[in-house]
Amino acid sequence: MKAILRSRLTPLIALALIMALVPMIAPTSFHLRVAALVWIFSLAALGLTILMGYAGQVSLGHAGFLGIGAYAVAIGPARLGLDPLLCIVLGAALSGVIAWLVGRPILKLKGYYLAIATLGFGVIVALILHSETELTGGPDGMSVSRITLFGWRVTGALNWYWVSAGALLIGALIALNIAASPTGRALRALHDSEVAAAGAGIDVSAKKLAAFVVAAVYAAVAGGLLAAMNGLITPEAASFSHSVELVAMVIIGGLGSVFGTVLGAAFLVVLPQTLTAFQEYEQAVLGLLIMVFMIFLPQGIVPSLRALIEERLP
Amino acid sequence: MSEFLQLAFSGLTVGAIYALIALGFTLIYNASDVINFAQGDFVMIGGMGTVFLMAAGLALPVAALIAVVAAVLVGLLLHRLAIEPARGASPVTLIMITIGASIFIKGVSQIIFDKQFHSLPAFSGDTPIPVGGATILPQSLWVMGTALALVVALYLFLEHTLVGKAVLATAANRLAAKLVGINVALVLALAFGLSAAMGALAGVVATPITLTRYDIGTLFTLKGFAAAMLGGMGNPLGAVVGGLLIGLIETFAAGYLSSTYKDAVAFLMILVVLLFMPRGLFGSRTVERV
Repeated sequence: MKAILRSRLTPLIALALIMALVPMIAPTSFHLRVAALVWIFSLAALGLTILMGYAGQVSLGHAGFLGIGAYAVAIGPARLGLDPLLCIVLGAALSGVIAWLVGRPILKLKGYYLAIATLGFGVIVALILHSETELTGGPDGMSVSRITLFGWRVTGALNWYWVSAGALLIGALIALNIAASPTGRALRALHDSEVAAAGAGIDVSAKKLAAFVVAAVYAAVAGGLLAAMNGLITPEAASFSHSVELVAMVIIGGLGSVFGTVLGAAFLVVLPQTLTAFQEYEQAVLGLLIMVFMIFLPQGIVPSLRALIEERLP
Repeated sequence: MSEFLQLAFSGLTVGAIYALIALGFTLIYNASDVINFAQGDFVMIGGMGTVFLMAAGLALPVAALIAVVAAVLVGLLLHRLAIEPARGASPVTLIMITIGASIFIKGVSQIIFDKQFHSLPAFSGDTPIPVGGATILPQSLWVMGTALALVVALYLFLEHTLVGKAVLATAANRLAAKLVGINVALVLALAFGLSAAMGALAGVVATPITLTRYDIGTLFTLKGFAAAMLGGMGNPLGAVVGGLLIGLIETFAAGYLSSTYKDAVAFLMILVVLLFMPRGLFGSRTVERV
């Protein structure tokens, strides 16, 4: 039983099972759309899991990369006549390059100083998306053309459900493989102590930069999918509160846990949808639940539960 | 020249508000290592509370006093009910708790108050005072005067009273402070109460200029945090200088470069400063222990 809990494949199989089950119990296309949103935000948050959970580096501007990916899919086809699918790839590449350029200087900063530097980056991206009206449509945002996947036009909630689920499964597989690779071990080592990691021969700044770039690519792909599914994108996607939400998903689920990240994303995507019935109490309840979860499960949902189960097992 | 002076006046006014918020961050951070992301919401409570109490017929000083006391209560409750029970949790967990608290405060505020923008009448009229070719609004003097008074009072409190020295001792070394008999729990509560009071007072004097709404706290949190980091986290002088600098940079950027990108200019400056001084302007150099 303990071996199952610790196995690398367990979260992946559990995830695939849940993905297969949801369409059977989700009655309407509204529910499927919410589920697809969960998969997409999980993908964005998974990048942060690699950066924060494995490497221990904070980013409070990650929605900036999500925005870059989203607007690549919006701007490419509309202004340059490019294929939308190609634009997801181009957006991811652009996001990676920007992360490399920005990350090189700012990843030298530590702790809260890194937090404010990444926060500043996110604010600047959001401001550009907000203000360059001719390119981005300004505060009202812009519409996004449909994606064609090898001649198949992706429309409808169920199709998007499977596309986003597939993307998340691939993302989770890559994240789990990174965790088990020498790079993953190097990241965890520098998480514990950069000096000790450097002493053991790890190129600390190169590994941190790699994690930052990978995290940016994850966010950009998720942003591209989000824009294409919604058919509309606004600068809100890159806002500070969105960055905070991504971080919250990673921490509430459990820092460094892939399955926990999906749980955290599900929590923060589904909860506001169910709370709309309470209308004006929505924000108050959301804030209260975040506090309660963090006070009573400070390790996050998955690690806390796993510790509890392992304790009970012989 | 007169344009320069005009921009400098408004920059210092905004900067004074940021400085007070940054000082609030610093106080709580020094006492508890927590970065309180609900700091800007104290500013909102001060402003909104005064607006609604005045609408209920109270005079400005009474309304302001009750609003500040309410903010202090919220600060103490935040410490007692949310931070204290999570003692020993990792810094990110503590930050998440304060972010949750910030969302909660906004959520409750939109129920108690409303979702509209509100303002207060200027305390001593709207007639601009001419100074060296430029003009300054009386309310700006209120903002700068209040900030100055609070900074001086805080300095005197920390350096010249026994309780203040206990706060400084706790900031320097919590365990050692406990060993010499300082009631650390009380000091922590004091830090939360004081920062709430400073934020709320900033909110009261700033509202005639900046307006207020239930969700305005996020903006102030962001700027106050940036100011504290620019000055060097944990350094009160750095917080004040950082706040004034950010206020000046963004006002001059808005005046001479572009008003849409004033925030971008401010954050670019912070990035540049941090690249050369990775612990802020006044941050101490520390060596990582292995």
